[in-house]
Amino acid sequence: MTAVAEHPPAERVDADPALRVEGLTVDIRTITGTVRAVDQVTFAAHRGETLALLGESGCGKSMTATAVVGLLEPVAEVTSGSARLADVDLLAVDRKKRRQMAGTELAIVFQDALTALNPLYTVGTQLAEPFRIHQGMKAKEAKRKAVELMARVGIPQPEERMNSYPHQFSGGMRQRLLIAMAVALNPRVLIADEPTTALDVTVQAQIMALLKSLRSEYDMAVVLITHDLALVAEEADRVAVMYAGSIVETGSVAEVFADPRHPYTKGLLNSVPVNAERGAHLKSIGGAPPDLHSIPKGCVYQARCPLASDVCRSTRPTLQPTGAKRKSACHFPEEVTNV
Amino acid sequence: MSTQLDLVPVKPTTAIVGADDSKRSGRSLWFRMLVNDRVAACAAAVLALVFLTALIGPMLMGHLATHIDLDNSNQAPFTLAHGWANVLGTDPLGRSMLARLIVACQTTLSVAIPAVVISAVVGSVVGMWAGYYRGWRETIAMRVADVIMSFPSLLLAVVVLYVFSPSAANIVLVLAITRIPVYLRTARAESAELSSRVFVDAARTFGASGGSIITRHVLPIVLPTLLTVATLDFCYVMLAESSLSFLGIGIQPPDVSWGLMVAQGRTYLHTAWWLSFFPGLAIVITTVSATILAAWARIATDPAQRWRLTVPQKRLSRFAKTTKALS
Amino acid sequence: MFSFVRRRMYTSALPLIIVLLGVFLLARLTGDPTNLYLPESATEAQRQAFAEKNGFDQPMLTQLFDYFKGVVHLDFGTSLRTGESASEMALRAFPATLQLAFTTMLLAIVGAVVIGCWAAYRPNSLADRFSSLLSMTAASIPDFWFAITGVWLFAVLLGVLPTSGVDSGVLSWILPIATLMIRPLGVLTQVVRGAMVSALSAPYVRLARSKGASDLRVVTHHALRNAAAPALTVAGDLAVGLINGAVVVEAIFGWPGIGKLMIDAILQRDFAVLQAAVLLTAVSIFVLNIFIDACYALLDARVREPARV
Repeated sequence: MTAVAEHPPAERVDADPALRVEGLTVDIRTITGTVRAVDQVTFAAHRGETLALLGESGCGKSMTATAVVGLLEPVAEVTSGSARLADVDLLAVDRKKRRQMAGTELAIVFQDALTALNPLYTVGTQLAEPFRIHQGMKAKEAKRKAVELMARVGIPQPEERMNSYPHQFSGGMRQRLLIAMAVALNPRVLIADEPTTALDVTVQAQIMALLKSLRSEYDMAVVLITHDLALVAEEADRVAVMYAGSIVETGSVAEVFADPRHPYTKGLLNSVPVNAERGAHLKSIGGAPPDLHSIPKGCVYQARCPLASDVCRSTRPTLQPTGAKRKSACHFPEEVTNV
Repeated sequence: MSTQLDLVPVKPTTAIVGADDSKRSGRSLWFRMLVNDRVAACAAAVLALVFLTALIGPMLMGHLATHIDLDNSNQAPFTLAHGWANVLGTDPLGRSMLARLIVACQTTLSVAIPAVVISAVVGSVVGMWAGYYRGWRETIAMRVADVIMSFPSLLLAVVVLYVFSPSAANIVLVLAITRIPVYLRTARAESAELSSRVFVDAARTFGASGGSIITRHVLPIVLPTLLTVATLDFCYVMLAESSLSFLGIGIQPPDVSWGLMVAQGRTYLHTAWWLSFFPGLAIVITTVSATILAAWARIATDPAQRWRLTVPQKRLSRFAKTTKALS
Repeated sequence: MFSFVRRRMYTSALPLIIVLLGVFLLARLTGDPTNLYLPESATEAQRQAFAEKNGFDQPMLTQLFDYFKGVVHLDFGTSLRTGESASEMALRAFPATLQLAFTTMLLAIVGAVVIGCWAAYRPNSLADRFSSLLSMTAASIPDFWFAITGVWLFAVLLGVLPTSGVDSGVLSWILPIATLMIRPLGVLTQVVRGAMVSALSAPYVRLARSKGASDLRVVTHHALRNAAAPALTVAGDLAVGLINGAVVVEAIFGWPGIGKLMIDAILQRDFAVLQAAVLLTAVSIFVLNIFIDACYALLDARVREPARV
């Protein structure tokens, strides 16, 4: 298990969160009925700190982010919940206000940098865009700012490369460009959706280091969406574990990873192959995530949980505190240590 | 202690909406998607009717198309006074318009469909081959397509008409040749794009030959686009045959096609408007239906867009009123 | 950029030569023009004189050689019908068709972009479906039927437009352009709409909106440029179809363009005029294709500068 890095003390947890999401629920209309992809998701992100939304593919973490930013596909719809940022509920406010806040208060970095950038315009034009939209800057000055941005995120020879097109950059460089665009106007909250999944490990480290330095420079709240446990352990301060559309556990990374209080989290941590001996079985969580069309009554995790009992099958557990600043959605959080 | 790894069976995540309907897929899914789009279903029904008419119509009413009855010449439509067969009027020779339209339907379709099939098969095969291998094959194929496209199709048609005996078969040939570039270019573009994809490299690494890669990997992906193009091309070929017949270098009398009927009715424009109007209308109805069906097919065969046809129409339009493409 | 255009010109040269050759052969395959231009009672001597005068008595290869020699000097011989220089006749008729085609394409493109963007902006709304139906109908209407019905309605019944000819100023343009325009408008509107719907659901649009771009900016700045490529292809095909197919419109409205010239030449076996007209048409089509490829390169940097990672 990679060593859990030292994180700044949790004094700021009490302070007002930069982004507070409460009870967010997203439904998707399908040919066979409505599917609940995100179910009553609640979390908070604070400035100067990284919150990780951890979960496997398909658990709804990306859809949560897209819902907060307001870019859901037409088939998906937010049916309840709120996302408060700077005293504004992003999900309730009108489109004009939301557009004003996009980029200035809330920004998002997508996973696939190649398709996220418009292939027909130079990177200089695209980087200058936030300035031209929100600050009404003239083209020349906006381009100058774009060059500054490129330098800040570590792109060599920014003056010349400004007139290059996205397909002429490497993957790591493109990701830096996306990050540059996102932080251009010093947003309060930055959501990074699997920012390093498509990159190799060395580049991954550079990108995360960049994000960290930007976070402290701009005093942003970073929400990191990922399925990579090691990444969470190294880079995040707090974590919210998601499973089948619901949050099952929250807390500081140090606490949760050292002493998980939900069987799923425990199962995830156990499955990391550490000091595995040759010939020994690799541990895994038996079964598979539930079909969202037919989520069972009660706890979402019941089918795979070693602790499952009748109460789990009948009553859905809600997030209950299991410590000073941690919660778990389980009926038997204390017994998780024995699993 | 066994030394085998416990492999957890990997099930695709449930993030793929509706992915588990293996039983529901297949023909019933297509049928449901068609029924869901009322307009497309209408169009399909109309086209089916047209095909049916072309198949069995002439057997039932063919004799009336050649039955000359000079007492009844140029009768107006929409009246049953002259018999139900003349409900759409009669032509200068007293022949029933309805019957002639039906016989013309068969002629028109028997020219359009073979032309489309021939040009589609030839153009697609050559296009896929050229696009897959790239290089000189691609250049030559594209230049051939350029040559064909810059050749006035009229010249070709007249030449064929004069050199060989004028017949429906020759018209089919001419139309087929002039339409080959459309399929060639489409197939080549898609094939070229696919040939650089990773799964093709993967197939190559385990020794698959070019031909088998094209048949098993490229063709299934390109087929939906080609089918959509073919449906639209059917419209074009129908219109082209009509134009040629109108100009006098297509179907020759005593055979009858819709285009020819329009031409023949032109001189009677002031007195018997229905002679030109109904054949033209028949063309419009057929081609519009084919176009609508092609548009439906384009959505139905694109897995990323298919959801539009799966959400009940009523809710879709209600939803569209409150949100736009950019929500 | 220029090297790109130059390269395209070289690769287009060979097909052009093939077209010229093809026209030569095919024109002669249509048959002997002698019977059309000389009365039946013409004597053998007269026929011989006719053949000599026009070079038909020479062996095929010699005729071919003379033909290509003439092409290089832009001399196609004289018309059998009128005795004028064939190239002059062709060049005189060409601008009329060009004006028609150009105006038509311009109107069709503008109309298609406006309607297509607006429809894609509100997909599946009533307005969108209605405009889709209209454009599909427009794409399917036979032009000759539309022309005839138009003439019957506006010229015969209502009497507001001329039945044919170019003498009535702007009015005489209306029906021909409307007839020629209806199919391109219908097809292009559908293409633009489809391409815009795709572009509007692309990831870079999501990114632009996450930066706070307004809907107008997203549509016109981001999406439209990406949707231009497929629309350009189709517009090119339609333009070629216009040059080829203006024949019908010119025949019905008596428009003195190159299409009418060609079909008259075909029916009257006027080889020289036919060759000149076809060459002119073919050259303009090649130029158009090069122009479209150049537009592509201008629009999309990936075409002119492949990736260097």
